[in-house]
Amino acid sequence: MNRIEQLFQQKREGVLNIYFTAGYPGLTDTQPIIMALEEAGVDLIEVGMPYSDPLADGPTIQESGMAALQNGMTLPLLFEQLAEVRRHTNIPLVLMGYFNQVMQYGEQAFFSKCQEVGIDGVILPDLPLYEYETQYRTMVEEAGLAISFLITPQTPEDRIRKIDALTRGFIYMVSNSSITGAKVGISDGQIAYFQRISQMELKHPRLIGFGISSYETFSQACEYSQGAIIGSAYIKALGAGGDIREITHAFVQKIRGQVSV
Amino acid sequence: MQISVDDRGYYGRFGGAYIPEMLYPNVEELRDQYLSIIATDDFQRDFHHLLRDYVGRPTPLYLAERLSEHFGVTIYLKREDLCHTGAHKINNTIGQILLAQRLGKKRIIAETGAGQHGVATATVCALMGLECVVYMGSVDIQRQAPNVARMRMLGAEVRPATSGSQTLKDATNEAIRDWINNPVDTHYIIGSVVGPHPYPDMVARFQSVISAEMKTQLLEATGKEDPQIIIACVGGGSNAAGAYYHYLNQPEVRLIAVEAAGEGVHSGKSAATSVLGTEGVIHGSRTLLMQTADGQIVEPHSISAGLDYPGIGPMHAHLITTGRAEAVSITDEDAMRSAFFVSRQEGIIPALETAHAFSALDHIQYNSSDVIVINLSGRGDKDLGTYIQHIDRFQPENAIR
Repeated sequence: MNRIEQLFQQKREGVLNIYFTAGYPGLTDTQPIIMALEEAGVDLIEVGMPYSDPLADGPTIQESGMAALQNGMTLPLLFEQLAEVRRHTNIPLVLMGYFNQVMQYGEQAFFSKCQEVGIDGVILPDLPLYEYETQYRTMVEEAGLAISFLITPQTPEDRIRKIDALTRGFIYMVSNSSITGAKVGISDGQIAYFQRISQMELKHPRLIGFGISSYETFSQACEYSQGAIIGSAYIKALGAGGDIREITHAFVQKIRGQVSV
Repeated sequence: MQISVDDRGYYGRFGGAYIPEMLYPNVEELRDQYLSIIATDDFQRDFHHLLRDYVGRPTPLYLAERLSEHFGVTIYLKREDLCHTGAHKINNTIGQILLAQRLGKKRIIAETGAGQHGVATATVCALMGLECVVYMGSVDIQRQAPNVARMRMLGAEVRPATSGSQTLKDATNEAIRDWINNPVDTHYIIGSVVGPHPYPDMVARFQSVISAEMKTQLLEATGKEDPQIIIACVGGGSNAAGAYYHYLNQPEVRLIAVEAAGEGVHSGKSAATSVLGTEGVIHGSRTLLMQTADGQIVEPHSISAGLDYPGIGPMHAHLITTGRAEAVSITDEDAMRSAFFVSRQEGIIPALETAHAFSALDHIQYNSSDVIVINLSGRGDKDLGTYIQHIDRFQPENAIR
């Protein structure tokens, strides 16, 4: 069974998914970051493929992507690094990027390579549902990969049902109408949205992302879903410089509310 | 071969709407409504009224006698340079602002490179009393000070795009992000036949007034609606889309798409997308674009800011790859030479973008009996700064001593 599906069979609450941009802060930090995140007790890791034009992302992730590209990160290199990482850890890994990157690598080649290096799922926010269903679904499923689609407060119910049907693994629930890293805190309007989705009794678990950056926001998100995703806040912590292992442990402890002063 | 967009927004294999879910409701609302709104009498009345009385349409179709004599062929110029604000861009912004009003939008955003589309958007926002935010790359803000001032004078807020390469593609990214963050009250006026469906088709429809007028005017001038050749420059491709539109399904009319070769197609500083581009996704559309093998979008180069775009509208990608349109690439230097030549020859200072279209006359085959229409998409006032830098090279004889 796919590691992501396995994870959600065992764990239905408080799932912590952390995003980082591959190649940032350093070109060879992929393995140290993944190992540190696993050691710190993260459940799921989203590896960002740095992209020149990341439409859904805010400045923090875009700048980390630009830095990673400057450092020389490429998709073939990332796959090499991930193949090596997989020899040392069993944590579920998700690749996140933009569809153009997949197209240029070759769609079939990309999904096969993901399977070969031990990637468990993909998130491609600009891949449309129709094109996925008619052209790529078979490739993804034959490669045994999970795939997450996004829903937002504006996504209509019939479309959410459709997304639930096409998803494998978990649904990526965008907390607010925003790009990543844009808004801080969770409003009453968002809570109403979380509750509304929660009552839909979808087949797949939901992780809430965008605007999750602290113990408070993480805990709130977890009340209405199986867990949450943090990206920009962790990138910022890494960007401040220092030992990756120490930064990561401190960050995850803070998010989990395990800070002992 | 019938050329039109299908209901998923594809021209052949190009187009579609490759957008994050956060944009889906906005784009879906537009897609659901643009055709029915445009078709209403009320919309058509307001659109054509404003095009006539505010923009100054129909624009003349002018027989360029001295150019015709020089090239030994009949050349007509479709005078989009005479539109209010100095280019064809306003045909589209008038259409989109009327659409935005009917969708109940209160706030308008736009991207701009050289500032022409930004000015055209700021203009219609002032006309309608709507809030206007224009995203412009920080680098372009430095290069295009007069247009920045125009937008401000018209009441628009110009927001610098500081991400990435800080030019048009990044301004477009920032505008898209603004739209993600403001999904309910905001309409995004895209300036070209690019972006997710329905934009390429919608913008082409608003610009199609160009070829609709050409048909009537040619009939009057020559006794026939159809020329043998239509030449237009292509960045994203909105003026070309407008000039081709009503001729798309008449294969006997040759369509010439003129791209910017920059310092030479293979110089590493070029914007010749049809030659250098490969299939991919940019700004929500599957099309030809300039990118690395790894799929990172590369920064193009052209002396003309309006052609300095790494992609091309999906309609044009389809026309060029199927052979319906012929692509010609013109260097900065050739375009500059044409700008000075046309100015002396016809008393018309063209925009640098349009100068590329004129330059194509040196690169295509034609018969002396042919009728050629060049879409004179914009006037050169905005490019005076660049022309001043080159004037002594191209016009040494009348230097001021």
